[in-house]
Amino acid sequence: MSDIETKRLVSDFATDWDHTDPQWVNDPYPIWEDLRERCPVAHTDRYGGGWFPTTHEMVSSIANDTEHFTSHQVVVIHTKNPEGAPPAPMGGAPPITSDPPFHRIARRVILPAFAPGPVNALEGQVRALCDKHLNALGEAREFDAATNYAQFISPGVIAKMLGFPERDEDLFREFVHLVLDLVDLEPAVRIPMFVPMTEYFTAQIEDHIANPRDDFTSYLLNVEVNGEKLSPQHVRGTMVLTLVAGIDTTWSAIGSAIWHLATHPEDLARLVAEPELMTRAVEEFLRFYAPVTMARLVKEDFDFFGVPMKKDDWILLGFPAANRDPEAFEDADRFIIDRAVNRHAAFGLGIHRCAGSNLARMELRVAIEEFIARYPKFELADPSAVTWAQGQVRGPRSIPLRVLA
Amino acid sequence: MKVVIDGDICQGQGRCFSIAPSLFDFDDLGNGVVLGDGTLSAETLELARLAQANCPEHAIFIVESS
Ligand code: HEM
Ligand code: SF4
Repeated sequence: MSDIETKRLVSDFATDWDHTDPQWVNDPYPIWEDLRERCPVAHTDRYGGGWFPTTHEMVSSIANDTEHFTSHQVVVIHTKNPEGAPPAPMGGAPPITSDPPFHRIARRVILPAFAPGPVNALEGQVRALCDKHLNALGEAREFDAATNYAQFISPGVIAKMLGFPERDEDLFREFVHLVLDLVDLEPAVRIPMFVPMTEYFTAQIEDHIANPRDDFTSYLLNVEVNGEKLSPQHVRGTMVLTLVAGIDTTWSAIGSAIWHLATHPEDLARLVAEPELMTRAVEEFLRFYAPVTMARLVKEDFDFFGVPMKKDDWILLGFPAANRDPEAFEDADRFIIDRAVNRHAAFGLGIHRCAGSNLARMELRVAIEEFIARYPKFELADPSAVTWAQGQVRGPRSIPLRVLA
Repeated sequence: MKVVIDGDICQGQGRCFSIAPSLFDFDDLGNGVVLGDGTLSAETLELARLAQANCPEHAIFIVESS
């Protein structure tokens, strides 16, 4: 696997795609558009081999086809079916890594905590968190809206939900970075890096067993399905999932929305003047800058839209690419802040539809509302300094802003 | 006309009750449910159609009332 160390830049994404290639990381949309017209299923031999379908129709049919595709691994890395990973049908992080019929059980366990009722009750807390970080910016007229604002919101919410100390937020960002961004490392390097995360979760679980309290961790430790508690592996997997799925995703969405408003003054002015647009604007931010790409493994050899897929091939499941398909959306490549019909797939489709979507939407809406209330006019201070995350979660990692009078 | 949600298709994407809270609500799992018997007037028909057009799972149906 020497190409991991001396990474080859991609010259043709149709036959050699790599979602960590700098060109893809900086601006994937023209690549996807080109592939959609040319292929529309791209292939790579990297990561042990896999496919990247680019149309909404294909993405939707894969997301809804649990017969041929397994969710056992949802992040593309260099190892397939790694040793020691909890086996199917549960997988390492239920329910996202679970297949039917187990998936339904694992999903039902967590849905009540993420339903609109409990989530709406958190709104005041999210608003207070936003205010706290905006206040901390003081009189600064130039700051980084990613590292000084967006990336604080979701870790604060998730820490509270799981009952972890808020002061550990930096650690959470490190864990998430390891799971989601550092996907292109040699297994021998990557695997030992998980030790601190495993130990952290063990300590939290032990503490919650000794001192049960009213939070999601204690809920998972005590909830019963058919008269039985969840296995320790299940509890741990769902906790890790909540942390990983809840942090990077949402802060990427908040960051992309701020980046968009900084670069589109007409949309910023409209949103400030017409707050009632917010519901539609949130959905359009989610469609246009959908942060999350998932993965599947092919279960057995079969033909998919004429493509000969083989057992254990990766599928890079591009919900963000589906959201830009002109067959599925009118003016798909235009951001329309008041788009009325918007059947986007940012939260996935089918049985794995994001369990945290109500929470994510609320965080995104509140974070933007508070930000533009404080700063009704702003622009990029240095467009060339904006950087984007690599891997399957896309969002700006740095947004140097200048506040305008 | 009547609006119905097919509970086997709905994945709780939550678009319907955000677009048309007068027609839809959610259950304890966050899945969409139709308020009352779903009978539509001329005005609410438009709203129901908009919700239908935004449901990513195609779980909302508008049918003849029987
Ligand atoms: C804008 C922010 C977010 C986006 C774009 C997003 C996107 C997604 C997507 C695309 C899936 C589908 C996975 C698949 O098909 O394999 C998913 C699943 C999931 N997400 Fe999110 N997510 C976001 C925020 C959150 C938050 C805040 C939480 C919770 C705290 C969360 C928890 C989950 C869980 C538990 C699943 C697995 C559901 C299942 O497998 O049944 N997500 N998310
Ligand atoms: S929008 Fe569709 S999937 Fe979502 S809750 Fe309503 S019916 Fe269910």
